[in-house]
Amino acid sequence: MSLSLDAIGLTHANGQRALQCVSLAVDAGERLAIIGPSGAGKTTLIRVAGGSLRPSEGRIEALSANPWQLSASALKRWRSRIGMVHQAPPIPPRLRVVTAVLAGRLGAWGAGKALASLIYPADIAGARDALSRLDLADRLFDRCDRLSGGQLQRVGIARVLYQAPELILADEPVSALDPTLADAAVGQLMAQSVASGATFVASLHAVDLALKWFPRIVGMREGAMLFDAPASEITRAMLHELYATEGSVLPTQGNDPVALAPLTRVFPAAGAKVVPLARPGCR
Amino acid sequence: MNGSVALAPDRDPRARPRATAVLIGIVLLWPVLQLSEFKPWVLFDAGNARVMANFLAGFVPPATSSDFLGLLLKATLETLAMATAGIALAFVIAIPLAFAMTYSLSISRIGPGPGRWRGEALRTAARAMLVLLRAIPEVVWALVFVRALGLGPAAGVLALAITYGGMLGKVYAEILESSDTRPARALLEAGSGRITALGYGLLPGAAQELVSYTVYRWECAVRASVVMGFVGAGGLGQLMDQSMKMLNGGEASTILLMFLMLVLLADALSAMLRRLLA
Repeated sequence: MSLSLDAIGLTHANGQRALQCVSLAVDAGERLAIIGPSGAGKTTLIRVAGGSLRPSEGRIEALSANPWQLSASALKRWRSRIGMVHQAPPIPPRLRVVTAVLAGRLGAWGAGKALASLIYPADIAGARDALSRLDLADRLFDRCDRLSGGQLQRVGIARVLYQAPELILADEPVSALDPTLADAAVGQLMAQSVASGATFVASLHAVDLALKWFPRIVGMREGAMLFDAPASEITRAMLHELYATEGSVLPTQGNDPVALAPLTRVFPAAGAKVVPLARPGCR
Repeated sequence: MNGSVALAPDRDPRARPRATAVLIGIVLLWPVLQLSEFKPWVLFDAGNARVMANFLAGFVPPATSSDFLGLLLKATLETLAMATAGIALAFVIAIPLAFAMTYSLSISRIGPGPGRWRGEALRTAARAMLVLLRAIPEVVWALVFVRALGLGPAAGVLALAITYGGMLGKVYAEILESSDTRPARALLEAGSGRITALGYGLLPGAAQELVSYTVYRWECAVRASVVMGFVGAGGLGQLMDQSMKMLNGGEASTILLMFLMLVLLADALSAMLRRLLA
């Protein structure tokens, strides 16, 4: 088991309830997409899984440890094994691309090597390799403020590829990219997961992208899980139920009806109602 | 969104607290002006104006004798050395304290995780230390050190190091706090240490601001050395003190011109460093 969330609830400091009783078990090497309307708690769930947010209730175990029971130094090591792709890449504009990518291994490097790398990059070949997988190798020595938003987003993804984590968490990793690049970027993260055996959990806004790449789909709405099913069993009714508050149009990457075509094959009987997941141990 | 309990009100809920704050500000400011005997119109009384004019008339022409210029050069170099050495020492004091105090570099606050109270205690101790360092004016320190080390710039250097260390540390921490802290947070969440999060996450965004504040403090240290010169800590201040006591306005104005040049120098230096880091 690579990631196990057990009856997780989270209330933000301002009293807003972000997650209620979410339970999720992800095997090592499994690839899973979380979809749902905006404000559903996808980001919060990803941040809880990565040890960035501490749940108010419930238990989390990832990479065989409960992060909140670890000592400070063990928690630091635990965090360095998890790679996070952020929705907005958290990269200072004055940093050079090569440095921004190399920052992926800061958790693994000693302070001496890391600081020396600010003066002369420690692993130019490694950074170039990660960038070339996202078609950005030519921007290696440019400053990040010279890049477009989409390019910067890909630098953020390259940082995680370079980090080579055991658990890849991605929070709407491709929302700043056009459909072709988004597809390629998710493909690269997927390839990294396949090659290294890393577990890959991504929240995605585009339903077609999730269905195309991920074998397992979790639907979230209003801080709770609505369904958790293999991609092949996702029906149009489930999706419409999930996005009921956002109108009748499903959010897709390319506005490409073909991408959703497989859904018609498993179209359920008319009037079928999605049964919310049973929540053992939750009130 | 889950549990949207009540609708947002129609009026801006912050309007009343804001108006109250402005009102309190005005009410507090008035007695302050009274207490400080702030009566600018007194300046323009005929008698006062004449006294000031006579005082200032003594300042022209500036003294240009080669003897005095030699003294001036020596005193200027002494002042520059005092200010530079003082700032360098202050820098050494300020860096670790600012680093300890910067909340956005706290790892234990994420979650919050283990070691939270230790971190909190450390930050409070660093903050208290910085308050202590800058609470006592540098002139007082200079008076103390002149007694211990004798007349000369060494006392000024120590006095500057202590007070300016406190100021630099406080403002460094505030600059780091007010720049974009998300990159550092993301690095800490990925297992990076504090020093590396500073180098990769905070400094790239804050370096310009930090450098220009440091140069500005150096400029202040040059000026502060005048006041300290009055109590015997050497440099341009001591020279100024002697000229004023001998009622030699010409010498005083030459010294002031030198100050003007030093400030211009600091300005150019700051602009150059900012361009370099841009």
